[in-house]
Amino acid sequence: MLSRTADNLYWLARYMERADFLSRAIEASRRLASLPKTYGSAESEWDSVLLSSGSSESFAASGRPLEEEHVVEYLTFAADNPGSIRNCLYLARTNARAVRTALTVEMWEAINGAFLEMQSFEHRRKATSTEELTHFLEFVKRTSLSYDGGAYRTMLRNDAYWFSRLGLFVERADNTARLLDVKYHVLLPEKESVGGSLDYFQWSALLRAVSAHNAYHWVYRTSMKPWLVADLLILRPEMPRSLISCYESIVRNLDFLARSHSRQGPAQRQARKLHNHLQNLTMENVFQSGLHEFVSNFIGENNQLGLLISEQYLF
Amino acid sequence: MVQFDEMMGGDGKPRISYQRLSQWLSSVDVQWLSSRREQAELLFRRIGITFAVYGSQESTERLIPFDILPRIISRNEWTRLERGLIQRVTALNLFLKDIYGDGQILKAGVVPADLIYRNPGFCSEMFGRRPPHDVYVHIAGVDIVRTDDKNFYVLEDNARTPSGVSYMLENREVMMRLFPELFSLHRVAPIEDYPNELLATLRSVSPPRATGEPVIVLMTPGQYNSAFYEHSFLADKLGIELVEGRDLFVRDDIVYMRTTEGPRRVDVIYRRIDDDFLDPLIFRADSALGVAGLMGAYNAGNVTLANAVGTGVADDKATYTYMPEIIRFYLGQEPLLLNVPTYRCREPDALAYVLEHLNELVVKEVNGSGGYGMLVGPHASKAQIEEFRLKLKANPDNFIAQPTLALSTCPISVAQGIAPRHVDLRPFVLHGANSVKVVPGGLTRVAMTEKSLVVNSSQGGGTKDTWVIDDVLTRDDTNII
Repeated sequence: MLSRTADNLYWLARYMERADFLSRAIEASRRLASLPKTYGSAESEWDSVLLSSGSSESFAASGRPLEEEHVVEYLTFAADNPGSIRNCLYLARTNARAVRTALTVEMWEAINGAFLEMQSFEHRRKATSTEELTHFLEFVKRTSLSYDGGAYRTMLRNDAYWFSRLGLFVERADNTARLLDVKYHVLLPEKESVGGSLDYFQWSALLRAVSAHNAYHWVYRTSMKPWLVADLLILRPEMPRSLISCYESIVRNLDFLARSHSRQGPAQRQARKLHNHLQNLTMENVFQSGLHEFVSNFIGENNQLGLLISEQYLF
Repeated sequence: MVQFDEMMGGDGKPRISYQRLSQWLSSVDVQWLSSRREQAELLFRRIGITFAVYGSQESTERLIPFDILPRIISRNEWTRLERGLIQRVTALNLFLKDIYGDGQILKAGVVPADLIYRNPGFCSEMFGRRPPHDVYVHIAGVDIVRTDDKNFYVLEDNARTPSGVSYMLENREVMMRLFPELFSLHRVAPIEDYPNELLATLRSVSPPRATGEPVIVLMTPGQYNSAFYEHSFLADKLGIELVEGRDLFVRDDIVYMRTTEGPRRVDVIYRRIDDDFLDPLIFRADSALGVAGLMGAYNAGNVTLANAVGTGVADDKATYTYMPEIIRFYLGQEPLLLNVPTYRCREPDALAYVLEHLNELVVKEVNGSGGYGMLVGPHASKAQIEEFRLKLKANPDNFIAQPTLALSTCPISVAQGIAPRHVDLRPFVLHGANSVKVVPGGLTRVAMTEKSLVVNSSQGGGTKDTWVIDDVLTRDDTNII
């Protein structure tokens, strides 16, 4: 397939995944920020969301005060934030429009429909209420579900599908890792205090941001422990947003590509290296060598994979 | 002027081909029709059938208004029209082969040589060269109007990169979703095989030296082009890659596209980009839309461009006036489709007449398109007429003039019910290596504003589905007749 088409599909998937992640992260933070101070609600909560979405610096530069209202606006509708949900959806549509031939009708309708609805949300925005925001975040999640479902159910299993899946999983791994990077301090084992911790709400917010709040209990069948939360997000293959699960999918999709092109390359090797590393890891190792170091290292390696994919396939 | 309405006869009764539609219309209520109209708009917006308007600020993507009543052509009428179209496009192609070759028609004095050689559409690069299979106009859109129940007039030939076929196809899909009951009342000739015929046409003109399965691509200027929707729609229906200039490169006179598996050779380019932008080495050096070296590969016979380069000289409005002579010269036949009587302002007598009758005539620039740069005398203000008079005197060669035709009308659905509006028709003719074909129907363009004669989508015109129906009466019809 055309390299430009592959590039567009890859980024289209990344933008859709990013919009989905942002809406979940905002929801989780709103929940946390609305708790009484004694329950661990921190002033810095909104700073965390900015950090994990990678827009902390640009937010500060925009001169907005660090308050819920402004942060939410910046992450949702702000036209001047390249990573706002609005811009993710607009960029997704621009990419989709350029490669309409590679999309199925269902995918196009999901994206184009979302684009039109996004516009009507923008028109109504003067009356932004909490209720309106809830509707909006629901809408974004629904969009990524129908887009993703459309892709899964209707796309031919060829290059177009594999590149689009790759974009999704590379982005998802990045999002989960960034979330961990910002919140690693509440996940360290020494933080545990007997008889429940005020950090409980931090952990549950974290799980909500990756829609794994119920999944935790099904996997561990025990009360919330910070190292288990970290384990779920990093090493559990059954958890669809865990790092290892993302890499299992990345390796699989890269292998499909390699098979159809009859050529393994640096991207395949990098992905397999990371996947192997995760497979041989235990949470004890991670904590020993430092959760923070592990996560920042992972983010770097994941970016490296993105570069290798570009070099190998996208020119 | 007596207006010819395609549905209602002079006696106030519907014509035979419209009887079923007319009866159906009287059986449904206005509100129900309105709800269907809204539904149609929703469908179009959802599918994303839009076009971009250059220089329009308020929105870069707009919907072309769609009217939900079909325009009907009987099989008899269509057969005549089809024959005329095939005749015309065959002649156009022979004409191009001739003027870029021996120039017999010029030597014979049938068409003035300076009209061709000094024409901005004439491409000296093509002189003495032959495109694969001698096909120049692979896809033609011929604009047809009628003024009475007998004759079809050709308003304009489009031999460069005619657009609109995606609307023809999508209009039909939407109509079938909205009005299945109307389709079961009629026997409408299908048009859904157009992409298939187009692909066959493009395959047939692949360079003779290309081996194996020809690789065909559709080349677009990009997503900001007004017809981008159509480009991606067609590429999808044809199952071919939609490429931009930057996706292609030329090495050793061979065209390649950049793919995830490395360079891949390209044999046929269905290009929807104007000559001027094809190759910055030959044409506009400032254009980033084309491919450096493309003309080299083309001249080496390694790639087919559809349509060929330099076809603009044939759809020029000045050349148009010679079409009857061109058809007679190459085919030895009388033209089956009429030309609208046209004054060539390059001829002094004609110019004098035109200047005296500006308020009655339509004056057009010979190279204009999209309804820009024209004067509709009867609707123009005094100031506009005087402005055009100056332009005409300054450069008469650049203009032709035609009487304002009493264009036929067709009913459209409006808030109050139905109302007549002016229409034209653009059928699409496919010229392959071995055959010339037309899918039954075409794109009906309709002036949505009352009395307006301008049907161009860039000026607010709309479209209709076009039905070629069998004249055979079914059992249900016996009680109508």
